[in-house]
Amino acid sequence: MLKRRVIPALLYKDVGLVKGVGFQSWRRVGSAMQAIKVFNLRDVDELLFLDVSATPAGREPDFALIDELADECTVPFTVGGGVRSVQHFQRLLAVGADKVAVNTAAVETPALIRSAAEQFGRQCVVVAIDFRRQGRDRAEVFTHCGTRPTGLDPAAWAAEVERLGAGEILLTSIDRDGTMTGYDLEITHATTRAVSVPVIAMGGAGDYPHMADAILQGGAQAVTAGAMFQFTERTPAEAKRYLRTRGIPVRL
Amino acid sequence: MTRVVIVDYGLCNLDSIARGIERQGGDVTVSHDPAAVLAAERVVLPGVGHFAAAMANLRERGLDSALRTVGAGGERPLLAICLGMHLLMERSSEGGAVDGLAVLPGEVVPVAPTAADERVPHMGWNEVESRPGAALFAGIDTGTDFYYAHSYRVACNPDLVLATTPAFGGFPAAIGRGRVFGTQFHPEKSSRAGARLLRNFLAL
Repeated sequence: MLKRRVIPALLYKDVGLVKGVGFQSWRRVGSAMQAIKVFNLRDVDELLFLDVSATPAGREPDFALIDELADECTVPFTVGGGVRSVQHFQRLLAVGADKVAVNTAAVETPALIRSAAEQFGRQCVVVAIDFRRQGRDRAEVFTHCGTRPTGLDPAAWAAEVERLGAGEILLTSIDRDGTMTGYDLEITHATTRAVSVPVIAMGGAGDYPHMADAILQGGAQAVTAGAMFQFTERTPAEAKRYLRTRGIPVRL
Repeated sequence: MTRVVIVDYGLCNLDSIARGIERQGGDVTVSHDPAAVLAAERVVLPGVGHFAAAMANLRERGLDSALRTVGAGGERPLLAICLGMHLLMERSSEGGAVDGLAVLPGEVVPVAPTAADERVPHMGWNEVESRPGAALFAGIDTGTDFYYAHSYRVACNPDLVLATTPAFGGFPAAIGRGRVFGTQFHPEKSSRAGARLLRNFLAL
């Protein structure tokens, strides 16, 4: 089995890090630079930085901020939020992002995925998919930080973005966001079955067994947690030690 | 302080590798000027991106012949990372059948899953099993994890291989001949082990 990754997620809004519940009621949790330094020092597998207010506010990515943060980061750094064009990809990669996550613009302009993959390689193109449950068996993809329904099914959309050139899928349950009640295993499983690229599960992590579930039952290649690493004593290193006791290969 | 030229061919993240080398004491210049590459003490050819697009950019800037000269000379250390390592080879199947710099013999082929859970692109950390005595891996235990992000890999004669990764049926993680080196993984993103490898390169 390939090594599974544990990725701290940093959600950024306006001037600081935040956490939400169901993509709302954001609470400020500190400065981005401080968090990056701490996680980098702890030698995490990877870091994920999402500027959640950029698209709703019609803003571009904050290239100067990303530049400063990336300089402190000696592990892979994925950046998302407000990415709308190939130029945005290019500028983010130029200031130090290793991977760029695109969400709303991928739905509005699917050709962007192909252009970015052709120019920069598919390994740096992450398509972020946010979904909400609609009734018992159905889920729907939402854009604009969870505010606009698209009519798309997450697994079908994941398969489509893979075909267009996505190298990785960042799959987030809006319903589970910030609840710390566990990932949406069914939709994670449906999505990992629909694609052959790696899927990162996000939204709902509250304890280490949730991460094991997302990997063993959901089929995820990587798991992220925001609130869990910021509001509890739990750490990425401990998460990986736990995962290893469950037979999951990790980097320790 | 050793002077290092990082080759800029307009496609990728140069900041991470520049910071990584500076942290290990290198004096970094990022350049797309063939003359600067030819005058460098050490050269780093980084890489994220697409083989065909990268070769086209190198040719357009006249960097292809400068890199061939550095690679053939054998005096100045050259470190090529990920796509950069691919560019050193004779040809790649990424983007059709495209000729590379042919600094080292071998070709670039797609990464193919050999187990149900192996997904492409190969993203993440994996063991690097290095050949005993390889200077690039001095002070780094064999089996240490490095970070990968790629869909293609090198296929070459085993005598060039300095290290392998067991995933995907096993493939070259690092290759080298003389003072020319290639790594499939990203030392600049591989935390402490990666930092040590860059320091080793600066000490060669």
